Amino acid sequence: MKRRRWPLLAVLGFGYAFLYVPVLLLIVYSFNESRLVTVWSGFSVKWYGELLANRQLLDAAWLSVRIAAVNATFAVILGTLAANALVRHGRFRGRTGFELLLTAPLVMPDVIIGLSLLLLFVAMQQVIGWPDGRGFTTIAIAHITFSMAYVAVVVRARLAQMDRSLEEAAMDLGARPLTVYRTITLPLIAPALLSGWLLAFTLSLDDLVIASFVSGPGSTTLPMVIYASVRMGVSPQINALATVIVALVTLAVVVAALTMRERGEKFEV
Amino acid sequence: MTLPHPRRRLSRLVNIGVPYLWLGLFFLLPFAIVLRISIAEPALAQPPYTALWEWVGDGVLAVQLNFQNFMLVVQDELYLAAFLNSLLVALVCTVLCLLLGYPMAYAIATSSARWRVPLLLLIVLPFWTSFLIRVYAWMGILKQNGLLNNFLMWLGVINEPLAILHTQLAVYIGVVYSYLPFMILPLYANLTRLDFSLLEAAADLGCRPWRAFLKITLPLSLPGIIAGSMLVFIPVVGEFVIPDLLGGPQSLMVGKMLWTEFFSNKDWPLASALAVVLLALLVVPFVLMQRLGQRLDDAAEAHTR
Repeated sequence: MKRRRWPLLAVLGFGYAFLYVPVLLLIVYSFNESRLVTVWSGFSVKWYGELLANRQLLDAAWLSVRIAAVNATFAVILGTLAANALVRHGRFRGRTGFELLLTAPLVMPDVIIGLSLLLLFVAMQQVIGWPDGRGFTTIAIAHITFSMAYVAVVVRARLAQMDRSLEEAAMDLGARPLTVYRTITLPLIAPALLSGWLLAFTLSLDDLVIASFVSGPGSTTLPMVIYASVRMGVSPQINALATVIVALVTLAVVVAALTMRERGEKFEV
Repeated sequence: MTLPHPRRRLSRLVNIGVPYLWLGLFFLLPFAIVLRISIAEPALAQPPYTALWEWVGDGVLAVQLNFQNFMLVVQDELYLAAFLNSLLVALVCTVLCLLLGYPMAYAIATSSARWRVPLLLLIVLPFWTSFLIRVYAWMGILKQNGLLNNFLMWLGVINEPLAILHTQLAVYIGVVYSYLPFMILPLYANLTRLDFSLLEAAADLGCRPWRAFLKITLPLSLPGIIAGSMLVFIPVVGEFVIPDLLGGPQSLMVGKMLWTEFFSNKDWPLASALAVVLLALLVVPFVLMQRLGQRLDDAAEAHTR
């Protein structure tokens, strides 16, 4: 099929430039000496130094990382269970409702999730006395609720395209279902579990709106600190922080992708 | 299925029951509470709203329903304008994402197998980097003495810096930028399944490429278009971060109003009423997306059997 592809490729190039130039500029200007973010006055890493001395920001980052890790772990467990249910249990009663509940968090505006969960936590505290105040636990619960939906999408795709003959063989040879799942299914879907974990981790690390609703005094997450600072205007320190985050995330994704490739697996995204 | 019966029942119970219970408790139940508080009155109390019912002695139960919040949301011009503008922003941005995303998805889907994975990875990578930071990146580009204005003045296109940041235009740019991958991914998934021999057949029969595109590719990719459009449209209607950081006083959006009512005015009932109306608006596109997805899944399943 001979067709001129250059207009298509031009749009593609423009699209990639649109997606990547803003972040690249952010990275470049994080090494700018001037406080004025848009005027280049020489190379400097002083904003990184200031970043390392910013106690409030580091505390918030540490809190966010801990929440993100807890969230990712629970989201992978719940999301995998949900994916099992959808792929392995056929047309069970209430399946439509189940799928609806599992898809809705993917598109639901953050303000609605945040507000409704906060009201739930307040009502629960009134009725059963738990959760006592808001902070780490409530933010983690809120994040697990929407992250598990993303994990379910990733794991579900992997489970659906998995070759079942190994499982069947093991079962024919008398292995118990749980043993089969642990020794055959889990290793086969491991790449999806890993990318699901990473995805849930970054979703949590990134969330401003939901965490703002369900956090309490003394539990300020990293996005809240960034937001408070950004509202005051562009600041070189935030550029430096952005660069660190982008670098770490890219590193994690690339390492995960390479590890998968070494094992002959396709990295699922 | 070869699993023995009792174990299979246990596995069903865990796999279906646990996530169901979690989502029911932390996703579904909260909506009921939002509904309940949207008909309460704000009060100077902790929590700041009135109880829905009270025992007023002698076993008399007084129930108080207050629909004023909804009256206010529906009648006040400010809220109406915010809702309309949210829908407008979502609609315009969905169309823009489609116009930019469709050719991109098509180009990736028709590229050689070696290029496809890295090209796709580049689309997905922004998902992994902070949304907040990527929106923030545009603040430095769009502001009065920002990079875009400096660049345009250096080129000599303009003499005076343009006011772009804190306008509706900045909101459009920010939304398209943030949500473009959500449009491309379902389109790509759909287009890779497209049977390109149909296009060759059309070309052999003398059909012009553009006509073949309109008659074959476009109708066949409709499911991808609808899925992508919903993934952009629905969350954008309630978007908060982008209108707050990039938008200005003219670009009112519901998500931002809800935030302000809640955090600045501490009016929980009014914020809840806004959430209820917003949710009601989004139910239609959501059900549309879900039912269509279901039908496509069924079709795919029937196809593979």
